[in-house]
Amino acid sequence: MEQDINIKITDREGNTHSIQAPTDMAMNLMEVVRSFELAEEGTIGVCGGMAMCASCQCYVLSDTQLPEMQDDEEAMLSEAFYVKDNSRLGCQIHITPELEGLEVELAPES
Amino acid sequence: MIKTDILIIGAGPTGLFTVFEAGLLKLKCHLIDALPQAGGQCSEIYPKKPIYDIPAYPEILAGDLTHKLMEQCKQFEPGFTLGERADTIEKQEDGSFIVTTNKGTKHQAPVVAIAGGLGSFEPRKPLIHNITSFEDKGVEYIIKDPEVYRNKKVVIAGGGDSALDWSIFLSDVAKEVTLIHRRNEFRGHLDSVEKVQELKNAGKINLVTPAEVVGILGDKEVSGVVVKQAEHIEKEFEIECDHFIPLFGLSPKLGPIANWGLEIEKNAIKVDNSLDYQTNIPGVFAIGDVNTYPGKLKLILCGFHEATLMCQSAYKIINPGKRYVMKYTTVAGVDGFDGTRKEAPKAVVKKIE
Repeated sequence: MEQDINIKITDREGNTHSIQAPTDMAMNLMEVVRSFELAEEGTIGVCGGMAMCASCQCYVLSDTQLPEMQDDEEAMLSEAFYVKDNSRLGCQIHITPELEGLEVELAPES
Repeated sequence: MIKTDILIIGAGPTGLFTVFEAGLLKLKCHLIDALPQAGGQCSEIYPKKPIYDIPAYPEILAGDLTHKLMEQCKQFEPGFTLGERADTIEKQEDGSFIVTTNKGTKHQAPVVAIAGGLGSFEPRKPLIHNITSFEDKGVEYIIKDPEVYRNKKVVIAGGGDSALDWSIFLSDVAKEVTLIHRRNEFRGHLDSVEKVQELKNAGKINLVTPAEVVGILGDKEVSGVVVKQAEHIEKEFEIECDHFIPLFGLSPKLGPIANWGLEIEKNAIKVDNSLDYQTNIPGVFAIGDVNTYPGKLKLILCGFHEATLMCQSAYKIINPGKRYVMKYTTVAGVDGFDGTRKEAPKAVVKKIE
């Protein structure tokens, strides 16, 4: 579909999936991962997407320009584990046409 | 032994509404929850967040929803075993089940309804290599009895409400309180943040930020922690303490329920959605977010529906062969086990002259 963008997501087993994500359904990256079942249900998006659990933490591998981190995401990441400099919460990254070519890796379950 | 008609595992919205529906069928309920209070995720994770898809509530805070559900079911006098996790289930010869918690509390009921949401909330443990060997020897993830810390040296780690609130509370109890957080900013209620600031200025809380505990010291018991501080130049140092309390929130785990012989799929319990949400073990039902079936949606409102149908089947198990038809509360009223009665006011019949 025209409004879809291409994203590469590496799951927790290390397999990389090339997927097309819709930009017109107000989805975020965590929801995209769930809709493609790239992480087991119950291990991602536990809080539903409120930046309150960090189960959707991912590492951004591409140099895609991402929306700036808000306070709640930053605060959650400061309490999460396995955090790296390129960590983001998938639930706070909304799928927009600007994200074409995004590559991310899911952080380990914790 | 606690005996009841329906033993509900999980005191979230679905479990609480089950009490009401069961009560209409004159069935008594008892609830077990690993958290110290009722409400499940609604109370633990997002009490101050609004929900917009509860029928007839254009907007309701999750914490308020819990209060309303408690109020709605209160005349059916539910029993609670809180702060304990349901660990084992044993089927008895008479067809009933005995469920035992991690603290050994036993419950017996002919019907078990698992309304466990995403599972029981377990503390998130920081990645410190030797932390598990100090558990209950000075490392505690949950504060159960603050008196344990009287006149002790305590190190708390974390940046959320519980880290702030316990630092404040223990500053009056413990000999010394150190609060360690990875950032200078804390996420909590404004008044808690301000109070910690005040106590820090007064020298009652020793604040170490941005820093992290990277190791635990001690022979058999905790005698101190190794802290890595990253301000300006990175440095490592030791802080002497008797207790280390990491408070990094809770994460739900299906836990022991996964070993009950239930059919599990996608971290959820498979149920018969064509009838009554019964699991592969007759007499054991799974309702709300904890179950799965084709087309399942993890919504509170779906849990309410599932609870209602489940109670009808529970009635049939508990009262075999006994006739019953569903009654509307508007018509029949609500007779509480506490002797109260709610009913629609009678129509006025009066002559107009």
